[in-house]
Amino acid sequence: MLLYALKRLIQGLITVWFIATATFLAMHAVPGDPLSGAKAMTPEIRKNLEAKYGLDKPVSQQYLIYMGNLAHGDLGISFTQKNREVNDIIREHFPVSATLGIMAVVFAGLGGTLFGALTALYRNKWPDTVIMIAVILGISVPSFVFAAFAQLAMVKINGAIGFSLLPVAGWGSVSHIIMPSLVLGLGTMAYLTRLMRSSMLEIISSDYIRTANAKGLPPTRIFMKHEMRNAVMPVVTVLGPAIAAITTGSFVVELVFAIPGLGRYFVQAVQQLDYTVIMGTTVFFGAFLVLMVILVDLLYGFIDPRVRVS
Amino acid sequence: MADQPASVSSLPDPALQMGAFESMQSELRVQTLTRPSLSYWQDAWQRLKANKRAILSLYIIIAMLLFTVFGPLVWRVDPAEQDLLQVSSAPGAERSAIIVAPYSAWDALEAPQIADAQDADAAAPASVPVNITDLQLAETATTQQVRLEWQPMAGAADYAVYRNLVEPTGPGTFGLPLGTTGSKETRRYEDLLDLRPGPLYYSVVAMDALGHELPQSKTLRVNVANAITLDEAADRQLIKPGETRELGSQVNFALHPMGTDYLGRDMLALLMQGARVSLFIGIAAPMLFVLFGIVYGSMAGFIGGRTDQLMMRFADFVVALPFLLFMILFKIAFGIGPGESGIIPLIVAMVVLLWPATARLVRGQILQVREEAYVNAARLLGAKTGYLVLRHMIPNTMGVILVTLTFAIPSAIFTEAFLSFIGMGVAAPTASWGSMSNDGIKSMVTHPHELFFPALMISITVLAFNLLGDGLRDALDAKMRSRE
Repeated sequence: MLLYALKRLIQGLITVWFIATATFLAMHAVPGDPLSGAKAMTPEIRKNLEAKYGLDKPVSQQYLIYMGNLAHGDLGISFTQKNREVNDIIREHFPVSATLGIMAVVFAGLGGTLFGALTALYRNKWPDTVIMIAVILGISVPSFVFAAFAQLAMVKINGAIGFSLLPVAGWGSVSHIIMPSLVLGLGTMAYLTRLMRSSMLEIISSDYIRTANAKGLPPTRIFMKHEMRNAVMPVVTVLGPAIAAITTGSFVVELVFAIPGLGRYFVQAVQQLDYTVIMGTTVFFGAFLVLMVILVDLLYGFIDPRVRVS
Repeated sequence: MADQPASVSSLPDPALQMGAFESMQSELRVQTLTRPSLSYWQDAWQRLKANKRAILSLYIIIAMLLFTVFGPLVWRVDPAEQDLLQVSSAPGAERSAIIVAPYSAWDALEAPQIADAQDADAAAPASVPVNITDLQLAETATTQQVRLEWQPMAGAADYAVYRNLVEPTGPGTFGLPLGTTGSKETRRYEDLLDLRPGPLYYSVVAMDALGHELPQSKTLRVNVANAITLDEAADRQLIKPGETRELGSQVNFALHPMGTDYLGRDMLALLMQGARVSLFIGIAAPMLFVLFGIVYGSMAGFIGGRTDQLMMRFADFVVALPFLLFMILFKIAFGIGPGESGIIPLIVAMVVLLWPATARLVRGQILQVREEAYVNAARLLGAKTGYLVLRHMIPNTMGVILVTLTFAIPSAIFTEAFLSFIGMGVAAPTASWGSMSNDGIKSMVTHPHELFFPALMISITVLAFNLLGDGLRDALDAKMRSRE
């Protein structure tokens, strides 16, 4: 197990290096350079600035410097905000995105397993039909539409009852988290429900469930101990990529609900061509994604002993 | 039981004489089939036809394609043309307008009602109402002007006029402050500011000498009618040249079945153009990256060994790239020049990032098919690698590939919509459903149709492709068949 974890960790490090290199190359393929957007400057000033930021060196040397800084955990200084380190920006804005993402994953995970199990238990009866229609909608309607309509509905509800039940936008209190995280988790919840349903149906028709029934075990015990535990396996496997996708894919929800998360900051940095922030955020998110996938894989080993053997 | 046959042969039956036998005609009916044999694809098609949801989805997709390809031939409205008379008009909005005289200053404003104001002051306070009364229109309210007048009230030194789209419920909800009349003598107000047809709520609030608002106010619901001057109607070609129309007669504005957007562009024409962009990206990008994935995956799967290991490891790295961030990153790296739509960079970025999934799938399939007996037989007969791949490998993986493609299309449409929504997709003059949604969300509360239609189009298309994908998977691939 330890060896396996170590192997995965080394693989992860190589992947992060690959992500960093790809980011570096992509940013250097951008026409122009970070200084060309600034105000008109004399060649002398430009030379000075280039020397300061190391832009006058050949690309290979810049790459080495960049990688060296990265190894020290230094992601550079923002080009558009004075004296602001990328590390500071991430430290300030990532917790917001992470809170939102974790809540969304919790919603998606709980809702997905619950609804999936329900549809399988009530197969071809009305709860199944209703939930599956909702799932199809959840998969087919883009998140920004959900976000917009949720906001519109909240405006109407708040207007109708005369006080603010849930805030329409912003960040700061617990009630600010509820609606955005629900919207953010909705697509994943729909996907997990589907996955859970097919996995549960497979389990229900398997031999050991028939054995358990024949033994006369109480249905709740069969459900909790035999069916749920085994059916939730595929859901756990996709949870890793789902966490990363939700946390990094929160741009839209952050934009619509005016939440000061890293996603919104990234979009802003792209619009302002703030190169170091773009590079830093991408590498950070990439590393986060890799870490999540590794963690979930290890967790999977704990839940399912069969994986540990292989 | 064992001795029975022996006993049968040993007993000479008198009926079994030679004449009792006659030669029998042999019939080779063993191999007759009761049903026509079906090829893989015929079988799949039959299964698909039995799936009502999938077939309905197929019709929807075909309808969508017809809508974008032939729609502009039927609905010949230029999506770039702005109809400034009907900006953000909802579908089914009033199109008729009365022709009115050109604007002329309201004489009554210049001559304040001093006479009756003096009368009011001279008279005892009892005769002056304690609130504003008789708030009314001086003439029919049109989009050209709204003219209000009202009776004096005691203690008012000035009057403020407000306008709102919804009915005010009390002080503070009167809406847009239009201005004050400037004196207690003037009890008239003329509103010329950006008037749209439909109901408006005008509130007149009394003010004291210090400019503070008094609690007394009066609200009037005004139904603003479309109106246009003769010159403007001629300018906008609503009246045929040379035709004379009288004041007060009606003209009709251009028809917009789905309304117009915030720039006055026809929504139906825009949706058709947007469909072209969205569907083109949604279909071209998956086709390209699936094609690349097939080539890459089948090469890796067929060559095998160290090359395979190396190729798949590289694919693993590409999978690990955070997709949306790199989509955006590549978009900047490729850059959009002035006047370019940004469609090609979007497709290239998708192809660069999304091929590994197909490559992995195809490789797995190829590894499986490679071990089949018929492939070995073909190889034994001297088939070359290229022949094997094209004749045996690809056709046998085609089902899985087709299913992947069908599921890749909705996710590509989603990605495009998502990127255009955050402003990283297609560039401004080009409209896609995503960018239309982005424009629509800004005015979602007052003009919901601008968000609703593009969002509906995205949802229906994605839904149709998803359901068709489900149907295809059930029809083509027994292993992946969903248990529904």
